[in-house]
Amino acid sequence: MMEQLPALMIAVPLFGAFTTPLLKKRYNAAAVWALIITAATLGLSLLLVQEVLNKGILVYVFGANKPTLVLPSGYKVPIRIIFEIDGIGAFMALSATLMSFVGALYSYSHVKLETGLEKYYALMLLLEVGILGMVLTGDLFNLFVFLEIAGIAGSALVGFRNYRGEASEAGIKYLIVSAVASLMVLFSIGLLYGEYGNLNIAYLSRQISFNTVDMIALGLLFVSFAMKCGSVPMHYWVPDAYTEVPAGINPTLLVATYASLYALFRVSFSLFGAITWSMARVGWIMSVLGVLTMFIGVTMALIQKDVKRLMSYHAISQTGYMLLGVGVGLTVLNDPAKLAAFGRDAMAGGIFHIINHIIYKSLLLMTAGALFYVTGTRNLNEMGGLARKMPYTTVAFIVGAAAISGLPPFNGFASKFLIYETSYQLNPVFTVFAMVTSVLTLASFVKVFASAFLGPPLEKYEGVKEVPKPMVVAMLILAALCILFGLFPNVVLDKLVYPAVDALLKLAQYQSWGGLA
Amino acid sequence: MNFTLLSPSGFWDPVLWLIFLILFGIIGYIIYSRGNPSYKPNTEQVKPYLSGNAEPSKEKITVRAGDIYWGFIEAMNGYYDALKRMHTGDLRDYILWYLGIGAIILFILVGGV
Repeated sequence: MMEQLPALMIAVPLFGAFTTPLLKKRYNAAAVWALIITAATLGLSLLLVQEVLNKGILVYVFGANKPTLVLPSGYKVPIRIIFEIDGIGAFMALSATLMSFVGALYSYSHVKLETGLEKYYALMLLLEVGILGMVLTGDLFNLFVFLEIAGIAGSALVGFRNYRGEASEAGIKYLIVSAVASLMVLFSIGLLYGEYGNLNIAYLSRQISFNTVDMIALGLLFVSFAMKCGSVPMHYWVPDAYTEVPAGINPTLLVATYASLYALFRVSFSLFGAITWSMARVGWIMSVLGVLTMFIGVTMALIQKDVKRLMSYHAISQTGYMLLGVGVGLTVLNDPAKLAAFGRDAMAGGIFHIINHIIYKSLLLMTAGALFYVTGTRNLNEMGGLARKMPYTTVAFIVGAAAISGLPPFNGFASKFLIYETSYQLNPVFTVFAMVTSVLTLASFVKVFASAFLGPPLEKYEGVKEVPKPMVVAMLILAALCILFGLFPNVVLDKLVYPAVDALLKLAQYQSWGGLA
Repeated sequence: MNFTLLSPSGFWDPVLWLIFLILFGIIGYIIYSRGNPSYKPNTEQVKPYLSGNAEPSKEKITVRAGDIYWGFIEAMNGYYDALKRMHTGDLRDYILWYLGIGAIILFILVGGV
């Protein structure tokens, strides 16, 4: 079974997605089925991580044993679809499966009163398939196909509550933004295929000559994935989509956003990793976009009155930290002394922040979903005094808010600590912006806490009570992870994050399909 | 297992931090427990004194989210005006920003800078 693991990672949720619509109008059964499928996929991803950590890069060739076809002349060329899973791919796959499982658990109660839930769960599993395909594949066209699957499933889920005009509008916006970005990704892939006659990332990265056409392809891939991961000033779709999507989908949609960030890193470090003269420029662009993203995101969050919209702007802001961390590493990629001194740790901070952010932002968006579930509004001006009525949600919110603000000993602090220290060594101005952003983040969550949870109990919420158990359990799982990742950052860094960083840095290993070439 | 996170210029030990937090928490609780013994909750003692005026309803005295940081937002009015102008909510603007940033990045990468 182990050798089929990469294919099973796609096959299991895809099977779930195609079978869920058979449970039409049996919503409880559809929810339980989705829960079983996401749990099974989570188990598979844990095995996958173990395999990658033990054996190094995993290569899975569809329809053959070897990645290359050897021609009579001795020329070796990859012609089949190949999954190439290294540390960063396994890291992202684990994040995707964990969040899909938690999202399915939360959804069990959260969307119970909606209709068409067999479609909801089918689309949720399809979104998981899209993300997993993006992070596991070693083929550019395959990447595009899975990007499309994730984009279409994601936009249908954003517009799921189509009885709300805003949800339909947000769904259409997400669909068009995704389609434009995907179109440009396809155009770039076409440029590279036209030049080199191949679609395999490892093979292309060995052939690429960095001429003007290649640089145009790099630019288009960079800007398209930057828009898909919500980088400022191309972030406008994020608050629309995250606010309207049901809270149970928020964790998976967050990972879908970071699958695009993963693609951006894969393009920068693997596909174009051999380039020497331009990567410092790309690194500086990434770092500056990161600082702009974090600052504009947080200042926009501060003035929001809609609790989910406020948290969506924070999602943008936190993406800035990841861009900054990895951008610093990319800037010094071709300077071995600086890379060893702080570049590798900067990348570790950025990548560690991905999983930390996925955990605490999913938690916070779920608490926002819980507030909506109980009060029927997302307007903070209409809330107050809910801490006594919703003690578990309150505790979960406090943990999530402390984690996102970078308060020790929660997980957000550990990754921000690495980003502050390392970005300072590239340019202290970056660190100043990063720290001010953290202060403003804390201020923003103090506002949410004060207006929604504190204050005297309001008469209109006299009869409200805590959200149902599945929602509480999903939130508490994530709160526990925030604490555990914060108390034992070294364990996560050593087992998951540094292998992911090294996978991006060891280009020769990726280019040779882990030594199979 | 080593729980200390080493960074390029220092270290961070969350377990040690937690031990100190618990220690200071205990000290804080001891100080708190030695507080004023004449305080009695749920009596006339804790009601607000409003010079004889009736106490307003809970809804009226709750600080709304829109009022928090009012001064900060007023002081940053110019910055927020510019930001709000950028956030039109119009899909065509989203695509225009994408095209604009794409053009700048291509210009930098292809050799303009």
